[in-house]
Amino acid sequence: MDFNYTETQDMLRDTLARFLADTYDFETRKKMIDSAEGRDPGIWRALATELGILSAPFSEEQGGLGGGALENMIMMEELGKVIAIEPYLQTVVIGGGALKAAGGPLADAVIPEIIAGNAIIGFAYAEPQGRYDLANLTTTAKKDGAGYVLNGHKAVVYAAPWATHLLVSARTGGAQRDRAGVELFLIDAKLPGITRRDYPTVDGFRASEIYFENVAIPGDAHLVGGIDLLERVVDEATMAVCGEACGVTRKLHEGTLDYSKQRQQFGQPIGRFQVLQHRMADIFLEVEQIMSMTLMGTLKLDLPAAERKAAVSLAKAKVARSAKFVGQNAIQTHGGIGITQELAIGHYFKRATMIEGQFGSADYHLDRFEQLTYPKA
Amino acid sequence: MNLEFSPEEIAFRDEVRAFIAENYPAELRGKQDEGDELSKEDFLSWHRVLYKKGWVAPAWPKEYGGTGWTATQRYIWSEETARADCIRLMPFGLTMVGPVIYTFGTPEQKAKFLPRILSGEDWWCQGYSEPGSGSDLASLRTRAARDGDHYVVNGQKTWTTMAQHADWGFFLVRTDPDAKQQEGISFLLIDMKTPGVTVRPIITLGGEHEVNEVWLEDVRVPVENRVYEENKGWTCAKFLLAHERTGIAGVAASKRGVEKIKTIAMSESDGDRPLLANPFFRRKVAELEMDLTALEFTELRTLAGEAQGKGPGPESSLLKIKGSEIQQRITELALEAAGHYGAPYFRGFGEGDNEHPIGPEYANRTAPVYFNTRKTTIYGGSNEIQRNIIAKMVLGL
Repeated sequence: MDFNYTETQDMLRDTLARFLADTYDFETRKKMIDSAEGRDPGIWRALATELGILSAPFSEEQGGLGGGALENMIMMEELGKVIAIEPYLQTVVIGGGALKAAGGPLADAVIPEIIAGNAIIGFAYAEPQGRYDLANLTTTAKKDGAGYVLNGHKAVVYAAPWATHLLVSARTGGAQRDRAGVELFLIDAKLPGITRRDYPTVDGFRASEIYFENVAIPGDAHLVGGIDLLERVVDEATMAVCGEACGVTRKLHEGTLDYSKQRQQFGQPIGRFQVLQHRMADIFLEVEQIMSMTLMGTLKLDLPAAERKAAVSLAKAKVARSAKFVGQNAIQTHGGIGITQELAIGHYFKRATMIEGQFGSADYHLDRFEQLTYPKA
Repeated sequence: MNLEFSPEEIAFRDEVRAFIAENYPAELRGKQDEGDELSKEDFLSWHRVLYKKGWVAPAWPKEYGGTGWTATQRYIWSEETARADCIRLMPFGLTMVGPVIYTFGTPEQKAKFLPRILSGEDWWCQGYSEPGSGSDLASLRTRAARDGDHYVVNGQKTWTTMAQHADWGFFLVRTDPDAKQQEGISFLLIDMKTPGVTVRPIITLGGEHEVNEVWLEDVRVPVENRVYEENKGWTCAKFLLAHERTGIAGVAASKRGVEKIKTIAMSESDGDRPLLANPFFRRKVAELEMDLTALEFTELRTLAGEAQGKGPGPESSLLKIKGSEIQQRITELALEAAGHYGAPYFRGFGEGDNEHPIGPEYANRTAPVYFNTRKTTIYGGSNEIQRNIIAKMVLGL
């Protein structure tokens, strides 16, 4: 058992933190979000080429730095500290993770493009009727000669407006909620028959509703692994957003602590009042527990599926609950100024709030944990 | 960073497991199974087995009789002792006054007291709280007046756990009544057999005699029994409280507690299903497991920090707050799961009474244990005081 980061991991964190400190201040981020494209493509290019760190979680044979889930956690934590709107989660953690696990010629072709910063991947898995059930799919991929034909509607696909590729879950057989018949496909985002309705999200990203209408895709777009692969990829993504939550809530904590030392009421800093001191202590407790659960879940990602799922669900349920507590109490402590767009704190709160539900709410994950652990209700 | 045990650590775990299986006192095990009250001899029987093996004080530095184990080995040790339902050793010597003596004591004090703490020869108690000084400990009024090479101590201490068995007590006393509160306090070691020391029982909600009042009337204590400088006892007191807090998380024991709840909730039926299949009950168990896992990994992170030389600091308040809340939730759910048979009160029967079995055995002591466990958020610095400590020492408020 070992709880220390390696030197390489420390270096990765420092490199990214320094870069983000120079490039990602609050005003710059606001300008990116308000721009037509909704981001600054130069940042992503710099992460790939200047820093060379999009390769962090890939093996050396794949041209990477030989890392894995811990490296993703570190990256996401630092990105969370500046509430970055970069598509690292979708492209590297999810797209890259699916390709790493599935292997094959498609992985050999696309992973170098991810590392080089040329590929951006949108994860088209959710559907309007499915909530968090990964197998509840109406999107179909029908065998057609050597390839498939895609039809369906995917909901709230983050980063899709910027994407070169889409990772799509679709049904090759079975009924709407069957586990059997669920498959993953990595396709070109610009294929004929794909239409998008793009929009901004409340936490500063861009996303799309995606409609597939008789989209012909090649047979080698199929990533072999079925629902087990999809669940693994989503568990890895879940722990990555927990990593992001570590960064986001750490900043909510620090920002609120600073504010409580500056803000004067009744002739003294509000941080002198015991009721707020205890609230600040509770925020601290929750942030520490977010860190602990994120480490726990991340370190258990390689366990057999049932243990992995139980660990990830406990982690995400706790992170969701704690992130809500930290976010709401950060705003409450700031008072009126907390509910304006002016301060960064409100924007951290918005991202923390979206993280709560991303890849499953606390209720969903507690239920999944119970299903795996206790007798049937 | 990884969670796997190395082959050496697995071998160590197996060694610990086998040692407990072969050496845990059979009589003690029997009493625990029957839910009987444990005597001083019961507590000491396991203590002596560990002393003989050299494992009685894993956290002590090796030079004073510690084991020299790594943080992981200590983790394995607490996991295995909880797994085997071993009793917890009395902390007053081993985790409280022992570390104070080897950190602040004179060579003579170390030589006199440490070996007898290790062997179990001396049973210790803690004289901190007073009737008028609970959370505001520094307001304590027990007076120690200098008279040649003695102090003459007068005052009253309370909540003194297991003082009825104690050979020695460590006491916070006021040696300078004119100094600012925390500055006039000294740390004294008092032989409980000294004339003028009177111990009176306090019976708590579950019917237990755990705590006592200790009256001190013209008790003469040699000056050589003062640890550290005169009027600097608060330094020892704070050190001891931080030390006390890390062990207080009680993760391994709480894991066992959760397993017990699950066993009860699988035995109790709720309509045509076990209680553990009731969605409302099992959600509470799941939330408990979630929070306990968060505590476990917070403690592991703290231990890793300690291994790198960061001593247990004010962050240990976090472990105290969360650990004590979880201990309470466990007893609360156990009582809830027990249903009707939480009510019968077994104090009315003789020890080891086998003639009056009432209800399932697992239900027998759920209520007294629940009542008793309300103490955990109060003692060792109440959880409100812990939040004050975090606000001041960690957050700089």
